[in-house]
Amino acid sequence: MLNYAIRRLLIVVPTLLLISLVIFSLLKLAPGDPLSQLPPAIPPEVRAKMRAALGIDGPVIVQYLLWLKQFFVIEPLHGFDVLFGTHFSDGMQRIVSWQSRGPVFSVIAERLPQTLLVVGLAYIVGVLIALPIGVVSAYKQYSMVDQIGTFLSMLGLAVPSFFSGVLAILIFAVYLDWLPTIYNTNLVVNNWSSFLEQLRQMIMPVMVLAVQTTAYISRYLRSSMLDNLGQDYVRTARAKGMDEHVVVFIHVLRNSMIPVVTVIALGLPSIFGGAIVTEQIFKVNGIGALLITAIHVNDVPMVQTLTFIFAVLIVVFNLVADLLYGILDPRIRYD
Amino acid sequence: MLRLVSLLVGGGVASLVGTSALAQRGADGVVNILSWQAPSIMNPYLAGGSNDADPASLVLEPLAGYDQDGNLFPRLARDIPTVENGGVSKDLKSINWKLKPGLKWSDGSPVTSEDVVFTAHYCMDPKGGCAALAFFQGVDKVEALDDLTIKVTFKQPTAVPYTLFVSEWSPIIQAKQFANCLGAKSQTCTEANFYPVGTGPFVIANFKPNDAIQLKANLHYRDPNKPHFSEVNYKGGGNALGAARAVLETSEYDYAGGLQLAPDVLSKMEKAGKGEVRVTFGSLVEFLFMNLSDPSPSLPPMERSTTKHPNPILSDIRVRRALSMALDRARLSDIGYGPMGKPTCDWIPAPANFAAGNTECLKQDIPGANRLLDEAGWKRGPDGIREKDGKEMKLTFVTTTSAVRNQFQAIIKQWWHEIGVEVELRSVDASVFFSSDPSNPDTYQNFYADVEMWANNFSGTDPAEYVARNTCSQPNVPRYCDANYDALVIELGKTADIEKRGEIVKKLNATLTDSYAIVPLVWRANVSGISKTLGGPAVNAWDSGLWNAQDWHRKK
Repeated sequence: MLNYAIRRLLIVVPTLLLISLVIFSLLKLAPGDPLSQLPPAIPPEVRAKMRAALGIDGPVIVQYLLWLKQFFVIEPLHGFDVLFGTHFSDGMQRIVSWQSRGPVFSVIAERLPQTLLVVGLAYIVGVLIALPIGVVSAYKQYSMVDQIGTFLSMLGLAVPSFFSGVLAILIFAVYLDWLPTIYNTNLVVNNWSSFLEQLRQMIMPVMVLAVQTTAYISRYLRSSMLDNLGQDYVRTARAKGMDEHVVVFIHVLRNSMIPVVTVIALGLPSIFGGAIVTEQIFKVNGIGALLITAIHVNDVPMVQTLTFIFAVLIVVFNLVADLLYGILDPRIRYD
Repeated sequence: MLRLVSLLVGGGVASLVGTSALAQRGADGVVNILSWQAPSIMNPYLAGGSNDADPASLVLEPLAGYDQDGNLFPRLARDIPTVENGGVSKDLKSINWKLKPGLKWSDGSPVTSEDVVFTAHYCMDPKGGCAALAFFQGVDKVEALDDLTIKVTFKQPTAVPYTLFVSEWSPIIQAKQFANCLGAKSQTCTEANFYPVGTGPFVIANFKPNDAIQLKANLHYRDPNKPHFSEVNYKGGGNALGAARAVLETSEYDYAGGLQLAPDVLSKMEKAGKGEVRVTFGSLVEFLFMNLSDPSPSLPPMERSTTKHPNPILSDIRVRRALSMALDRARLSDIGYGPMGKPTCDWIPAPANFAAGNTECLKQDIPGANRLLDEAGWKRGPDGIREKDGKEMKLTFVTTTSAVRNQFQAIIKQWWHEIGVEVELRSVDASVFFSSDPSNPDTYQNFYADVEMWANNFSGTDPAEYVARNTCSQPNVPRYCDANYDALVIELGKTADIEKRGEIVKKLNATLTDSYAIVPLVWRANVSGISKTLGGPAVNAWDSGLWNAQDWHRKK
């Protein structure tokens, strides 16, 4: 197992380097311009000077190597400085956004709490709702509950978040006026009423996102449970006279959770990616929305850094899911 | 006795009324402003668009600005220098600005002419990447004559010296704060770029780029009773539809600008009664640009769309005129913009002094267009498409991807089909179309198509720089070159009298529109949504939409 883990980790390094190179090349080849939103009154010579000041038109390979150095050497050094109060990275050029001219990692650090809170909570809520639905659907297969559960899952998988989000806004904010449509990122929770306000503004984005998670996790759990409920050991357990509770929740569920846990682990990087569409609709202004606005204005340092971070997370969590599978299921052996 | 009592009571009531009318600073609490294009930086000199310059105008102020009617009024300056009051020298080569006495920055230090001189050096630095550099072109030097007086000297006599230090694009920054931010270092001064010290009614408490800004009332603001709001909650993000909804339907926000939406969508939202839509007309006009050069892909890249090869179809003025005659601008304006647009035949529709007010082009004349094309030698082929010397009359028409523009494209294609012209439509994302990257083939500058449609305007209220861009020596968008036009531009540069300038601009307008190199379609308004409980905003197409935020108050 350890050999396997180390081998996988070693392959991760060239994989990630290749990914970063591909992303960088794609971004440089893509059209689009950080200065496209400037009013047309600003003449081309002035724009050319602004481009030069940003360093957009330098040689591509130099920009890539500079970014590598900034990401792997300067930024961790800066993080070390912030944590321990040292000054090793003073005066070094950090990765800077072409749009706001501020350090990319400060913006990410500012936005991460929003994304983790809303999308992370949505993921947890989605999983928690999916578990009972999956269990009951499998146990009472083809019953009314199962049919309804299946129908709702299909809806949840088929209806995109930009539709369900806008529908939710129309119903709950415009017609019923129960919930706000715009997420206030500056809300400080220090008493009961601000806590309620935070809850109110989180309900819609969390539910819109949770619906999608619930849909596919409940299906996974259902099929996994159906697999296990037909096994011989379940018949043995019942024959031994065990309580139905014990049979289902202690034996069958625990075995069925193995593939489901790995699917949940694989879905974790998407929390950091932020739910791009949902964040845009509700103006949660987390990492996903940051990525979209940066892509629109061709802010290469920002897009490069963000997509590389997502790539790292996906590769790492893939490894985690594989290892978890090996740990949880004693039948699986890696060598 | 009774009289005394009633007098006292009357006096007491009057004083109460008096104090409540003289509202205290910060008495009205929080105002919520929404800008669906989120601000990314608070320094207008490095701004990426008016979504950055507008919130910055709450904090930073120029020497003078424009009000909602386009009139210049002094902000930090004591008055507007003119030739009459001696502020502008008779040879038009220098202008003296005097600061108001007693002005303070929000950190308490005094505003002096040194700050103004520093601002000029900051923007004129060639490595600074300053967005307002065009305002400072032609400036020879900027010097401080005393603590409150600044003298700007131009290289040539300049008829309109109100470019630098005027409007939201050229505010005064604090010399002390930006001292280490000159030249290439301007890009990395994040603390100064995000939290500039200003003289405006508000100061920045918290700035989250591309997200939200929290502002608090400036305690050192020059009017002790303003601003009426103690806090501004400025939020960015989403889209125009969400922004309109937040102001007009759910009342979560008090003000949202840039609401470019279909007219029926906005009018439906207004019916909820919680807010109103206000439009104001500036100089923004939606145009068709005709490429007088050949954009054919068969030409070598260095010669494509250059004056070296004239356009085989559009070089004939009769063809361009026919294309313009086939359009019904009133229909287009109604469909696309409703009350937020007016059909126009003028390239420069405002201010009133410069507007020619032509209306002849407004009548659609398909038979006349057909006759004109027949006259020009373009005969209809068997499929109804005209041809001449074996060349089919086929045009490529490109614009940005937007619901209204793409709709216009389809309608115009239909009309031109009626006069025997085949049109191939293309649309490009706005961030690509307006890119300044010269290697990008889809930009409006490169113009690798026959016809383009987009909107253009000029900053401020005088089109001097705008008209200068279509001369023969400039690589202008339609590749237009006319000796008469150039002569008029030179004459404009020498004329200071505002009436005479109006005459010359009207002639320039006629010259350009009569050549049909640029075909004006719709005069577009700036659209804002304002909550019914918010008093004070006066929508302004000439300067920042938030230009009078210090006067905003909550209506009772």
